[in-house]
Amino acid sequence: MSRSPVRAAPAIVTKAREGVDGDGPAVDSFMLDNGLEVVVAPDRRVPVATHMVWYRNGSADDPVGQSGIAHFLEHLMFKGTEKHPAGEFSKVVSSLGGQENAFTSYDFTAYFQRVAREHLETMMGFEADRMANLALADEVVAPERDVVLEERRMRVETDPGAQLSEAMASALFVHHPYGVPIIGWMHEIEGLNREHALEYYKRFYTPENAILVVAGDVEVDAVRRLAEKTYGRIAPRGAKPQRLRPREPEPRAMRRVTVADSRVEQPLMQRLYLAPSTLTAQGRDAAALEVLGEAIGGGPTAYLYRKLVLEQGVAVNAGAWYMASAVDDTRFAIYAVPAAGTGLEQLEEALDRAVAAIPAEALDDKAVERAKTRLVAETTYAADSQTALARIYGAGLAIGQTIEAVRRWPAEIEAVTREDLASVAQRFLTPRRSVTGQLRKAD
Amino acid sequence: MSIAVQPVSASPANVERIVTPAGIEVWRVHSDVVPLVAMSFIFEGGAAQDRLDRPGVAQMVAQLLDEGAGPYDSDAFQERLAERAIELSFSVGQDSLGGGLRVLTRHLDEAAALTRLALTEPRFDGEAIERVRAQTIAGIRHQMKDPAVLASRRFYADGFPGHVYSAPNGGTVESVGAIGREDLLAMRDRLIARSGLRVAIVGALGRNEVVRLVDDVFGDLPETGGATPAPRVALAGIGTRSVVDIDVPQSVIRFGMNGIGWRDPDFTAAFVLNHILGGGVFTSRLFQEVREKRGLAYSVGTSLASFRGAAMTMGFTATKNERVAEALDVISSEIGRLKAEGPSPDELAKAKAYLTGSYALGFDTSTKIAQQLAQISFEGLGVEYIARRNALVAAVEADDVARAAERMLGDGRMLIVVAGRPEGL
Repeated sequence: MSRSPVRAAPAIVTKAREGVDGDGPAVDSFMLDNGLEVVVAPDRRVPVATHMVWYRNGSADDPVGQSGIAHFLEHLMFKGTEKHPAGEFSKVVSSLGGQENAFTSYDFTAYFQRVAREHLETMMGFEADRMANLALADEVVAPERDVVLEERRMRVETDPGAQLSEAMASALFVHHPYGVPIIGWMHEIEGLNREHALEYYKRFYTPENAILVVAGDVEVDAVRRLAEKTYGRIAPRGAKPQRLRPREPEPRAMRRVTVADSRVEQPLMQRLYLAPSTLTAQGRDAAALEVLGEAIGGGPTAYLYRKLVLEQGVAVNAGAWYMASAVDDTRFAIYAVPAAGTGLEQLEEALDRAVAAIPAEALDDKAVERAKTRLVAETTYAADSQTALARIYGAGLAIGQTIEAVRRWPAEIEAVTREDLASVAQRFLTPRRSVTGQLRKAD
Repeated sequence: MSIAVQPVSASPANVERIVTPAGIEVWRVHSDVVPLVAMSFIFEGGAAQDRLDRPGVAQMVAQLLDEGAGPYDSDAFQERLAERAIELSFSVGQDSLGGGLRVLTRHLDEAAALTRLALTEPRFDGEAIERVRAQTIAGIRHQMKDPAVLASRRFYADGFPGHVYSAPNGGTVESVGAIGREDLLAMRDRLIARSGLRVAIVGALGRNEVVRLVDDVFGDLPETGGATPAPRVALAGIGTRSVVDIDVPQSVIRFGMNGIGWRDPDFTAAFVLNHILGGGVFTSRLFQEVREKRGLAYSVGTSLASFRGAAMTMGFTATKNERVAEALDVISSEIGRLKAEGPSPDELAKAKAYLTGSYALGFDTSTKIAQQLAQISFEGLGVEYIARRNALVAAVEADDVARAAERMLGDGRMLIVVAGRPEGL
């Protein structure tokens, strides 16, 4: 969920990984006296800096009955402070030739600017100011709530596919707030107000809860000096705010949901499995799930595409993905689009057979090597972008990983064995952990 | 608030223009920080080469180039790419067929060989054609009742009646169903040739390595294809408004006016004007009036579309059905006000400061640099444009913007398309 007038992607959940063969670009980190964590990732190719502040709270920390408040506050953070009236920060960023935006996900909220390096201090001054001094007038809150309602109409209310995704997440997480949409439910967004926003702001927008990430053409010492001068002046609150997250119970029941709408001209099916995240996984399970997702669902050479599209011809497309980066238990997804003349029931039977056969058929040495090669290469490709680097570290730290854990990711991918893959497939891709969703035309 | 005086900064990339022994022009940037090579290339002539009654052929060619070539069928070809994490992709625009390659430097030879095969010996096997056809049709069906897609399709149909620009690039269920292998082969011959080719490469490669790479990949292509220039056309339907009925709570709006193309002397002034009206930042007039002040929409803006045969200004927003009339009124009055009064001196100065200051941000990854260079080359702007561009923006004065406004905004009327159930129109 972003403030962007242009970007269409929904939640930004960056995969936590970095480095080439476990040895990525040099990264420094330190902590200010008030508890603010700082990460510096130099990239000197162009005289540009990416400045990001991450808060360790996302939609899954929304109070009950106030779904969407994290995302709504993200919008309201552009509405000015006691010192700088609404819109001034954006005007300055723009007049300096900078770009800015913000985004909210399940576990974090982040704000960023990309500017010529000499403007870094100006950005830090404004960003530090709105960490502590947000001032909200009712007359800016009401129209911004309308903006968010229009955002939800655009993303969800006009799109049956997005409605299916929401319904599936709600069914997968029967107790945990990952089942609530990041943007919030329509009827609860309508009730959000200035007081809700300020209460939430006071609870979470503190130096102890924030991570500053600066990537680009910068020196560590200079960043430290500027950070102390700006963020360092914010008074600490004494302790980090606590995330109060209920734990998802061990699932017992296979679930299925259907969205039937007259506007659906192309049916499809999806499945979600409740799976451990990089933080909740034991041993190598998270890395194994990542490799498994790539091996069975990462493109036209992956198992599901070969099986369902090329071999059996029951689908025109099929794939899988795994959201490793999450504080709590997370989702592993597979999807398939039926070929003309194939019903969703027939497709689901074929998919079930294919999933059951993963240990025997999907994990030959070549397939596993190919998956690992692609995942590790992605880390080199990411190193080409200072923004991607900043996002990788920011997201990793925001969910509670260490820098070392983020940097270790490629080595963990390499260490995964065929047996690990068969094991996670057998333990986690099971019917009782699953929700099956159908998108079909209304009768 | 203080506004820094923007120095006209140095070129964001050191670009060398090379013409290879095979006669291919390539722009290159040397970069050795990350061990990867990014290449971007563009062939002249895209979806506009389709027959009006059979759109989608050019796009299907682009989708089939990596679905089997030379000795490798589709699966074998894709496996060779995947084994080395080579990212090779093709896409089609109105006037171009583009390709992009991203590869770890140590796998460059294999990547070059596969790219050469895709361009010179694509197989167009029956199995691959039928599979891509089915995928394309599924994609069209998936979007068939999406209000944004419905609005855009109607916009192009109303704006360019009888012209190939009126047809969707990807085709229709019917047209894609009718495409035969001979259509694909003929389109391949038309599009993929050396004469209309632009190439840009970024990576840790010496000059000789770049020359060898380019001639290896592209040197065996035929000298000329058969792409014909798209006929010149002006945006039609200005002053008309149509509604596509679809039962959704929010209407998608497209609005169009005349435009000014890349190669036009007024382009830079038009670019500045568009930025002030509806460019992609939070400070534009439409963003402020439609979104910030009134909460009418999440997304609103305008962009300049520059095709070989047409130029236009295209705007977009979406608002709940009950507020469509209000949103259109606000947009219309902002356009009228900008036309009548022009931007304030401060607004013009800030727009120029943003556009010059942010130019370097588009050159911060190897892939972005390669894409930018290929695009600039494709537009015929010359390699020196990159160094000159910020001076061009800085030189735009109020009367240049007024001239561009006269040509673009005219009398303020627009071609308007609304998809949804708008109230009060």
